[in-house]
Amino acid sequence: MIFLLQKTLVYAVPLLIVALAGVFAERSGIINIALDGMMIFGSFCGAVFVYFCQSGGAFRGMPQVLFLLALLVSGVAGALYSLLLSFASIKLKADQTIGGTALNLLAPAITLLLVKVFLQQDKLVMPKDLDYVILNDNLPGILRIFFDKAYLSTYIVIVLFIALSIFLYKTKTGLRLRACGEHPQAADSVGINVYKMRYLGTTISGALAGIGGYAYIATAAGGTAQGTVAGMGFLALAIMIFGNWKPIGIALASLLFGFLKCIAPIYAILDLNGDGVYFLKELGLPMYFYNMLPYVAVLVVLAFTSKKSRAPKAEGIPYDKGQR
Amino acid sequence: MQKLKEFFTGHKKKEMLDDLLHTESAKSIIASLICILGGVLVGFVVLFLIALLTPNIPFSDAFRGLLIILGGPFASGSGNVMMILGDMILEAVPLIMTGLSVAIAFKTGLFNIGAPGQYLMGAMTSLVIALSIDTTSFPAFFVWILAFLGGAVTGALWGAIPGLFKAFLNVNEVIVCIMTNWIAANIVSWVFRENQQFVNVAETKMNFVKPTSKNGVMTWRMGLDKIFEGSNIDCSIFLVILIAIGIYVLINKTTLGYELKACGYNKHAAKYAGMNEKRNIVLSMMIAGALAAAGAALWYLNGKNDFHWDTYQSLPDNGFNGIPVALLASNNPIGVIFSALLLRYIGKGGFNLAGFTSFNEYVSNLIIAMIIYFSCFSKFIRDLMDKKRKARLEKASLAAASVGAGGSGILPEEEEESSNDSSEEENKTSDLGGEEE
Repeated sequence: MIFLLQKTLVYAVPLLIVALAGVFAERSGIINIALDGMMIFGSFCGAVFVYFCQSGGAFRGMPQVLFLLALLVSGVAGALYSLLLSFASIKLKADQTIGGTALNLLAPAITLLLVKVFLQQDKLVMPKDLDYVILNDNLPGILRIFFDKAYLSTYIVIVLFIALSIFLYKTKTGLRLRACGEHPQAADSVGINVYKMRYLGTTISGALAGIGGYAYIATAAGGTAQGTVAGMGFLALAIMIFGNWKPIGIALASLLFGFLKCIAPIYAILDLNGDGVYFLKELGLPMYFYNMLPYVAVLVVLAFTSKKSRAPKAEGIPYDKGQR
Repeated sequence: MQKLKEFFTGHKKKEMLDDLLHTESAKSIIASLICILGGVLVGFVVLFLIALLTPNIPFSDAFRGLLIILGGPFASGSGNVMMILGDMILEAVPLIMTGLSVAIAFKTGLFNIGAPGQYLMGAMTSLVIALSIDTTSFPAFFVWILAFLGGAVTGALWGAIPGLFKAFLNVNEVIVCIMTNWIAANIVSWVFRENQQFVNVAETKMNFVKPTSKNGVMTWRMGLDKIFEGSNIDCSIFLVILIAIGIYVLINKTTLGYELKACGYNKHAAKYAGMNEKRNIVLSMMIAGALAAAGAALWYLNGKNDFHWDTYQSLPDNGFNGIPVALLASNNPIGVIFSALLLRYIGKGGFNLAGFTSFNEYVSNLIIAMIIYFSCFSKFIRDLMDKKRKARLEKASLAAASVGAGGSGILPEEEEESSNDSSEEENKTSDLGGEEE
């Protein structure tokens, strides 16, 4: 059971932070369908950074420091990449769905192109001797969920998540940012710079998506950057809608989803109550059933909770000063 | 007719050309061309930078690379140009279908990101039907029809799920589409895992379903395989063009199409006007699902294409690429044909690029991505064109007016009149263009 919860965190953490990335963009009024692309691009830059540090011998013996720096690099790369979206959709008032789709296509293309040209490989594998995992088997029960087989990224993401949620709901800037996603004309009329707020939202979004991307490839995906994050960006988008564009909703949604998602890869070796009986394996259901489980569960939950769901009112509409 | 005559007699030729270039459709085409040019230019810059940074790639490769990309299938150099051209057209078929699927959903204000799932369900159903009915007792032609329709119907039912969720439960269609994609991927893998009789074990390839030609079910080649020798091209391209025209007519010339578009513009207004907006949402998603699934059916019923069944961890590219295809065509069903062909054209160029230079095929993906990126500026470009023209016309009329004020007599007055005429004409043509849209 503890093993299951540890795995849940590994899956839930990237979803959590990337879904929050989506919230920041959409609450400021920009549809960010490019979360997937931002994850790919950010994580790729982080992986390249680690690759060169490793081959250059920098930070030897300090895997956690390197991990932290790689997360930073990924965040910065994601933020820079997101400027492509914000420039198009804010400055040029372009269609945000088109821009986002283009960024989703661009990220794998550019990463695979560079990896193949410069390293003659199809994917960038970060060396295995770099072990990020934190082990503490001797801790008692519940603490092991958080402190054994855990990753630094888990703590960073949780801290970031809480801090940014407070930022979004309890600060002046956060309130202004949300106003721009609901009624930008009203926000403008009281002197808020809508363009600036939207740039801010999208840039935070890109940075978080980059961090989430690196957290995903370094933990759940086993340290390979290969121009894809297995659709995690789109899943995060779904989690964001599932969580009703609110941090608490997202936290619950990503934990539920992560819990159900991590059953599939480990159900055969899962011993729920420690009595040596592999209950799920003995049910005889194929792996595909467990694979489907999280997606079906989301649909079922949505069917019951959806009436309250409401997207930010002004998302997707370019802000035009001349319009009322 | 009058206009054509005027045009060719040379009288006011320049102005009329100007008018022609500023109709809505002409502006769209010009904007698209600028986008394509921009994408290719960025691709070239990237090639150039890579050549600059890597000592073992000579500069000349960057230029050669650009020419190869632009050449598409024609740049292969050897004698198999026709084969690659045929493959290019064949590969465009499923793309056109998923592009139409995304486009029609967009017209109703829905984002059909579920095309990959619908595509997979269609592929599964048509493969199962095509492989399980014995063609020795039942004519292969009817099996083909049955498999095609079966695939399309499955896709329609699968597409109905997000439609129903959206219409009756107010769930955002994007999330349901993403969920149903992965559910579909697992269902498909599950079905073929349990039914190993469909799996191709005779050959060395792993985890592929038997091609339908094993059961004698193949799309009619119509002699196209003679023209495009060595390619598997079949008559599905003509069918797809017919379907695209059908969708165009459906959207632009029928009541149903009008209602779908009305729902897309404003759901509440459509409801107020007495339209059944719930039915329209479900219907639009069903049509979209059927189109994406039919694209898969056409691709696999070709008889030579292998289906990788163990697909639960990945979704088909053909499904997702429907989105850029539709966006590039600004959701025009006829435009979808051209944008799908363009994407495959550049794709083939990338394929040749990997063969002849030290670059690789991802350059073409990069160029496609940049074309899509620039295409979101197309409104900006069109506005810019309008603004420039307005300024020019204003300047012209101002000049005419000043001449009129400065000079005296009959001649300047005439000039003024003619300038008025032309501006009236411009209004007329732009109105016409608007109606066509």
